[in-house]
Amino acid sequence: MSQEKTIKTTTDIDSLRSEIRDKSVRVIDVRREEDYKQSHIPTAVNLPLANLLSDDSPERVLKLVNAMGIDDETPVVVYDDTFGALASRVAWTLEYLGHSDVSLLETTFSKWKSLGLENDDKTPEIQSKEHSIHLKPEILATSDYLETSKDKPDVILIDNRERLNYLEQHIPGAISLPYRTLATQDKILRPKDDMKRLLDNRGISGNSEIITYCGSVGTLSGLAYYALKSVGLPNVKLYVRSFKEWKGLEKPIAKQQDANYWDLSAE
Amino acid sequence: MTVSDLKQSYPDSSKPKINWARIEEAEDFANTVKLFRQGKYDEDSFRRYRLQHGAYGTRMTNDYAMVRIKLPAGEIYPYQLEKISQLSEQFSIGSAHFSTRENIQLHWVILEDVSEILRGLAEVGLTSREACGNSVRNVMCSPLSGVCSDEEFDSTPYALATARFFLRNPLSQSLPRKFKFNFTCCEKHGMVRMVDVGLIPQTRDLDGTIQKGFKIFLGGGLGNKSFVGHQLEEFTPEEDLLYTSIAVIRIFDRLGDRKNMARNRMRYLVNDMGWEKFQNLVLKERAIVRATQSVVTHLEVDNTPSIIKRPIRISDESGSSIPDGYARWLKTNTIKQKQSEYYSVFITLEAGDITSNQITALAEIIQEFSSEGHARAGFVQNIALRYVHEDDLPSLYSKLLTVGLAKSGALTMAAPIGCSGTTSCNLALTNSHRLAKEIQRKFLELKLDQDDDLRDSSIKISGCPNACGQHGIATIGFFGGGGRVGKEMYPNYQMSLGGRSDEETTLGATCHRIPAKRVIPVILKIIELFKQNKKSDDTLKDWIHRIVNGKEESYIKSILDMRKALDSFTIPPTKEEDPDFYTDYGSDSSYHTKTGKGECAA
Ligand code: HEM
Ligand code: SF4
Repeated sequence: MSQEKTIKTTTDIDSLRSEIRDKSVRVIDVRREEDYKQSHIPTAVNLPLANLLSDDSPERVLKLVNAMGIDDETPVVVYDDTFGALASRVAWTLEYLGHSDVSLLETTFSKWKSLGLENDDKTPEIQSKEHSIHLKPEILATSDYLETSKDKPDVILIDNRERLNYLEQHIPGAISLPYRTLATQDKILRPKDDMKRLLDNRGISGNSEIITYCGSVGTLSGLAYYALKSVGLPNVKLYVRSFKEWKGLEKPIAKQQDANYWDLSAE
Repeated sequence: MTVSDLKQSYPDSSKPKINWARIEEAEDFANTVKLFRQGKYDEDSFRRYRLQHGAYGTRMTNDYAMVRIKLPAGEIYPYQLEKISQLSEQFSIGSAHFSTRENIQLHWVILEDVSEILRGLAEVGLTSREACGNSVRNVMCSPLSGVCSDEEFDSTPYALATARFFLRNPLSQSLPRKFKFNFTCCEKHGMVRMVDVGLIPQTRDLDGTIQKGFKIFLGGGLGNKSFVGHQLEEFTPEEDLLYTSIAVIRIFDRLGDRKNMARNRMRYLVNDMGWEKFQNLVLKERAIVRATQSVVTHLEVDNTPSIIKRPIRISDESGSSIPDGYARWLKTNTIKQKQSEYYSVFITLEAGDITSNQITALAEIIQEFSSEGHARAGFVQNIALRYVHEDDLPSLYSKLLTVGLAKSGALTMAAPIGCSGTTSCNLALTNSHRLAKEIQRKFLELKLDQDDDLRDSSIKISGCPNACGQHGIATIGFFGGGGRVGKEMYPNYQMSLGGRSDEETTLGATCHRIPAKRVIPVILKIIELFKQNKKSDDTLKDWIHRIVNGKEESYIKSILDMRKALDSFTIPPTKEEDPDFYTDYGSDSSYHTKTGKGECAA
């Protein structure tokens, strides 16, 4: 049972509703404060992504987690209104801190609302708790780490930005898997079989070490991190500072040459 | 309740009658790609297989493909558009491309993802099977078939039946080369003489009963060398349509040149053999086909009329004001149908490109405004929304405006065609695609779409001599190449004048080589010369035809005179004077030509 739990990446709507009724879950809404104040899933606390990112050192994250009433045993479900990408970044941060029971709501808040499900504007009273720190460096990739490991045969580097951005510039050796590919119309992640087939086709399978990155702060690639985990891939890392840092450090960049692909875009 | 329970569902009436897909082909494609990557499939057979399934190669890479989705007779339904929007976001570049042959193309798709696109297409009944390769390509039909006031009858059901008969048919799985059918509504709206088989519906009176049939043209086509098709016989009755098609394909299959890839379209066969001989052969072969196949084979022509039902208006905007630009749009983008009170509305895109968000919006707009519940792809990288009630035109315009689909000039010279060019094509020498967009922007800025004198002229651009941009039938046509000054190269276009695809189909006459960055000034100069010399009722098209045929009376009497009048535009400046001259559109580095392996013959 506990084995099952650790690989659970999303929580479905029905389960979340009953967990909320049982008061057995901490729900985190990562949207902006003004959106949260208007309406949110009942009992949810607010942790805007920007707030987390202003300082995501483990010490600071620990304080935030404690203040949200989360201890090592509290099941946590995170949601956003940005196809799961912001929620993923927050969930990953909790995981990195050592929290083992965190998952994403299977859908977005807009979808939740459009289904006519309950929501309110009350900010819950939270009793602060004590969480421990057991950092999980095995889910984090830094630029140094990436540079030394990316060319190893058993490492797969995945770029989750849109295709045109990838063609224009990417980390050498990366393959392109745009974040849109991971979702369906209604859910932030494809069903498991569907996801597995898609990833298998791309050779993303087995025991390879997989590193994901995106444009700047690890949101789109955070979603990919959970997509890969959802099919049970055992060794996934997030390059959380992503392409922005890589470029800033003036590390090598690859480009699809000799084609004017931007001119095919109607944007 | 789960989320998926609430998925939007469409009523059956808004679904197409024919499912073109086979889901197992997606699986098969995925497996074949794996085998190919493992080296268990050689390059050539894999390429044949890939093309047979509608995936083209991409410029300078083996990792990407272009997936060409067939829209037989051009028909596209809202829920199919929604799927294509989704697929373009997931597996392509967030835009899709409407082609000149009623296909929708997704570019820069990772080869390993193609099977996922095939799977998605199968969910909505679409296929890319035999969209490329040596097969019967998408069967086209005029976007106005069924609504055109000049047509004898609606040829759409015949186009669909023909597409259905040949798709996956063993008869057409390994032809010497690609093979194209174009059905049209009337002489004016179509391209029947520039295709392997072109068909115009016609009727005749047989002792008081009206018999349906076609005028069939054979052996035309555009390309490095283009030919105009010949009419097979006075009247081909509808019962003979399939026999004729089979006969022609059998002859092509048997006698077409399988060795010389550059000369193996059917038009070369017709040309080498001579028309009369070929014509006799077809008539004889048809007699054999008729005698041997009549029991088993017939075209399943579904003539049940489409349901025309004006959608219920959700909101009544009759009081709200009509946005600016409406009159201009109405004039340049709509055609009155033969059905009273109804209009066909054309949406022009920049060189056929449309964003995934616009595709989704379009799906909604079709449901809200088209009384037939679906749309048709046009011939010039555009889309037709038909059966729009005249009272709904202003609100349709407002709606299109909000999603950036209300560009005017759809039915005018201000809607140029540009093939893929260096955006994705392996054979391209210039960025013809972007050039078409630049010309359109300039024309709209100068409001040339409103000029009646220019309306029936056209501009078409190919990125190399292969003519995918159909430059040969344009009033002003261009194909790309490289120009040279000493060691420096610059993008250049061969310009031809006076091409047309109507009853008097002719190919444009070569006029001059125009540097890419001078193309727009040259077009404007030609228009200026026309304005100076035109007769009172003249159009640019007529004026150019007189020049090309040596019948013009003003001082520009011939193509040579025109050439002289444009000479000054073609002189290259030095690189110091004008560095921009030496770069192509969409690129800031010095121009050089670079091509890979072409697949047109594959
Ligand atoms: C020798 C090689 C080729 C020849 C002779 C050729 C010929 C043609 C012709 C004549 C058309 C116009 C459609 C018609 O009226 O039949 C066409 C359309 C097209 N071809 Fe090719 N083709 C060649 C190679 C390619 C290649 C390599 C590509 C790149 C993938 C390509 C992409 C297209 C596209 C995209 C269209 C539709 C035009 C549009 O609306 O964008 N073709 N081709
Ligand atoms: S005309 Fe040339 S450049 Fe354009 S698509 Fe065809 S082969 Fe490519």
